[in-house]
Amino acid sequence: MPHSVSPEQPASPDQVANIEEPKTDNVETQESEGTAVADNLGPIGESQTSYDQDMTMTDAGAAGEKPLVKVETTAEVKLEDLFADMDSDEEFPSSTGQGVKISSSPEAPASPVHIGPTSNASDPEVMRSFYQRLFPWRYLFQWLNHSPTPSTDFGHREFAFTLQNDAYLRYQSFPTHDLLRKDVLRLMPSRFEIGPVYSTNPRDRKTLRKSTAFKPIAKELCFDIDLTDYDDIRTCCDKANICNKCWQFITMAIKVIDVALRDDFGFKHIMWVYSGRRGAHAWVCDKKARQMDDQKRRALAGYLEVIKGGAQGGKRVNIKRPLHPHVARSLDILKSHFQTDILHDQDPWETDEKFDRLLQLLPDKTLNEALRKKWNSAPGRASTAKWTDIDALAKSGMSKSLDAKALLDAKQDIVLEYTYPRLDIEVSKHLNHLLKSPFVVHPGTGRVCVPINTKHCEDFDPLSVPTVTDLLREIDEWTAPEEENDGKAIQDWEKTSLKPYVEYFRSFVLGIMKDEKDVKIKREREENGDVMEF
Amino acid sequence: MIRQDFSRIESKRKNVAHRQKQFLTPQYAPLTYSTRLNFYTLPPTADITLEQFEQWAIDRLRVLAELEACSFRNKSPAETAAHMKPLLDKYLPLSGSSSGSGKLQEERMKDHYSHFILRLAFASTEDSRRRFSRVESMLFRLRFLDNDVKERQAFVEGLNLEWEVVGEEEKGRWSEELRAAAGGFLKGERFEGESWFKVDWERVPELVEGRRVFLRAGKAYVPGREQMSMVVAEFTGRLDKALEMTSRALPRLDEDDRLTPILAHLSNNFTTPDASYSSSTTALPGADISARNIDTLSSSFPLCMQNLHRSLRRDAHLKHYGRLQYTLFLKGIGLNLEECLVFWRTAFSKITDDTFNKEYRYNVRHAYGDVGGDSNRRGNGYSPFSCQKILTEHPPGPGESHGCPYRHFSTENLTALLQAVGVKDSEVLRGVKEDKEKMKFHLACNRVFEYAHKQEIKKVKEDGTWGAAQLETIVHPNEYFKRSYLLKNLGKTPAGTEAEGEKGDVKMEG
Repeated sequence: MPHSVSPEQPASPDQVANIEEPKTDNVETQESEGTAVADNLGPIGESQTSYDQDMTMTDAGAAGEKPLVKVETTAEVKLEDLFADMDSDEEFPSSTGQGVKISSSPEAPASPVHIGPTSNASDPEVMRSFYQRLFPWRYLFQWLNHSPTPSTDFGHREFAFTLQNDAYLRYQSFPTHDLLRKDVLRLMPSRFEIGPVYSTNPRDRKTLRKSTAFKPIAKELCFDIDLTDYDDIRTCCDKANICNKCWQFITMAIKVIDVALRDDFGFKHIMWVYSGRRGAHAWVCDKKARQMDDQKRRALAGYLEVIKGGAQGGKRVNIKRPLHPHVARSLDILKSHFQTDILHDQDPWETDEKFDRLLQLLPDKTLNEALRKKWNSAPGRASTAKWTDIDALAKSGMSKSLDAKALLDAKQDIVLEYTYPRLDIEVSKHLNHLLKSPFVVHPGTGRVCVPINTKHCEDFDPLSVPTVTDLLREIDEWTAPEEENDGKAIQDWEKTSLKPYVEYFRSFVLGIMKDEKDVKIKREREENGDVMEF
Repeated sequence: MIRQDFSRIESKRKNVAHRQKQFLTPQYAPLTYSTRLNFYTLPPTADITLEQFEQWAIDRLRVLAELEACSFRNKSPAETAAHMKPLLDKYLPLSGSSSGSGKLQEERMKDHYSHFILRLAFASTEDSRRRFSRVESMLFRLRFLDNDVKERQAFVEGLNLEWEVVGEEEKGRWSEELRAAAGGFLKGERFEGESWFKVDWERVPELVEGRRVFLRAGKAYVPGREQMSMVVAEFTGRLDKALEMTSRALPRLDEDDRLTPILAHLSNNFTTPDASYSSSTTALPGADISARNIDTLSSSFPLCMQNLHRSLRRDAHLKHYGRLQYTLFLKGIGLNLEECLVFWRTAFSKITDDTFNKEYRYNVRHAYGDVGGDSNRRGNGYSPFSCQKILTEHPPGPGESHGCPYRHFSTENLTALLQAVGVKDSEVLRGVKEDKEKMKFHLACNRVFEYAHKQEIKKVKEDGTWGAAQLETIVHPNEYFKRSYLLKNLGKTPAGTEAEGEKGDVKMEG
């Protein structure tokens, strides 16, 4: 754990001299020490004595900096160190004070991060620093465990690592976040994914007598939206590229799906996560959602699926009338987006070849001919104008056979086809689908997969999401605020622009834990009540 | 008096009596069947003969097999009902209480017993459990539908399902939504007259999937006429649980050799037409099935595979389900794993060897059962997709080319594709269009097949070399290929076999 000495403390020559000796004693061994301590001391709750204590220890650590040169004092310091570790989040090492041991790291007297302009996200050292100092392990654990004390919710959960050489390692599981963290640091996966909770520990799956005893039993309900699925209608970018214009597709999708999940299905704990490049994932974490079997997932996915069929299928939205309340509500949400984001920004029917697509979707042949004539004579007419042309020409009464209802329906269908969320539905249908964990770094862009606050999802800008190199630089640039903080050790993520995202995640996780705890207490009470009756 | 004496015996004797009681034949209250339909919650308890045991089970099996065949042929519920009526009357009659039939109790007993016998036969593996529960649910639905309304109502009430009735006040509050979700059938008075139930949405997944109910805070508002779907869901749910229990009890079925062989025989004879599709029945002696020959062979492929082949040649790529569907088809026509890997490698011409090995090789090998879990390897991978599977599972999404063109293409695109593969006859195209509109995708495909092999079919019919069995409706892409290949190589086949034989000999010598 290369804790850095906080920048304002100049590196003493002693420390530099100290470098030689523990060179071999680098991250890995320290790592194991850290976890061993956590194991030995048992429940971590104990350690939350008071911050005053922490303060003194931090002081002690800072004071103990100089004597460190002498080998015999190290043991002493180490002890304090460990306590300090226990108090500040072990996974968010603070750089104030306790970085004694770490100062031994050879190239890092002032700060170990060393992010030059050349280093990128796939650099193992960058990733190591990220996992060590920024990744919110504890909250990830609490999120999946649904309680502070380790349970099978976390212990039987499958993790899958994508290693640097692209090998894929499935069925990993860990009793606690410390061990997960340790293994991540050992293997340095470029990303990892989260799978279901199994009936037995995934690591024991081969030792079972019956293969049926190993089966997935719970997982969050997930959704995956990817901008590549919009390639036939987005004009600004294609493939892996995105810009703020096409990100609006994702914004629309989040709005529509989120409200349906909350109002219609009654789910409360829904987290949206930026997938790091060109899409977003949703994790529905309510207990009820987690326990759904495949059939229910399929039903729910079917309920939300409006756009069907591939490019060959012709008209891809065919919904019955009257509109189901969910569709009607979605249409309401999407209408204004259609005007601004589609007609104006995307301008999908600008050129001659492209407006053919629009005409294909309209029902009346005579009207279509008139429109075609009009648009051919004015090449490059904007989509907004073309869209109003439809109604204008229809009103002029030039087509005798025009069915106003059919035209309105077709127009609604078109709005939906161009705005309604395109879900990668397979992800949602199966209990045992793996999905990339929140807060991992996208290997291509270096951006962190941060949660998106649905209350402000319109303001979310994927291009300003911090990259891992940004974050590490921010740690280095951070200086302690002038005013005295109340002795609480500041964790590394708090020094960076990752802070609001981690805080959002923390409050989200607290919400889940609170709900699940209430249920447990209630159940216990009920059980006790039963006992009383006997 | 005597009774009293018995109860006063010494404690030792009492113990003996208890032990005796253990081995006494249990006395059950005789079951009477008050309703026509049965949720099969109580197992049968009376004695029946071995002959009855076997005969009843076989009769029920006949019905179930036919029912499953109907679903494979994509028959509509009405057609299925019409098709099944004579069979049901013959093998498994079940009259309504109002019919006054004298055999009421006998019929119901047979229905009850045969159901439980088949439970035993099909509980052993997960696959057969799932199939059994699916067809039993279909049978239940069929019977539920032709029940008369009063009896149906009585049956549902007897089930004691916990359904909350939606009050007038709540109904008024959501009237707009309820009306819209019900699909506009309920106008004016009919809406007023309709009663609504409120249940957890998870209990009516089918209705939710089709957006046929209004959802609010996790509750589904189900109109009274959608009752059936709830009852059927309940039936399936309970049956699945019961089958699970049976399978656990099965190893403890301490049985002599009277029932076990019958049960084994029953479950073996209930194989799906498409599941039984193995490479042994499709082997084409003398055919040159190799990577470089696929282009030539593709003229004998059904439209779905031709479409995949064309997309592959056009884009030098296919998405996941496209690859899967096509790989399994190629496996089915007899392309071996090595050749198949060669085929995909050369087809994906735009990518590097490295990418291919990393991202695609494994999936192909997995499909052949060369890698993967134990069961996958033992089962030689997946079996080729049947039309049923292609039609009902995984409809193609954006950029995907798998699926059935007759179903998943719009009429215009389908016509264009057919013309591109050489089906230009306007009558055939019109026929296909009509089939498509009626959702008879099989018919459309077979129509095209018959058109493409008009001469040959005529010939074999005249010669009498091919019986009716060999010309029945095609329900599997591999069957399409096999038949097409055989027809196109009518004269050559024997010669081909010889040539192959010679080649084999040469090899042996070498």
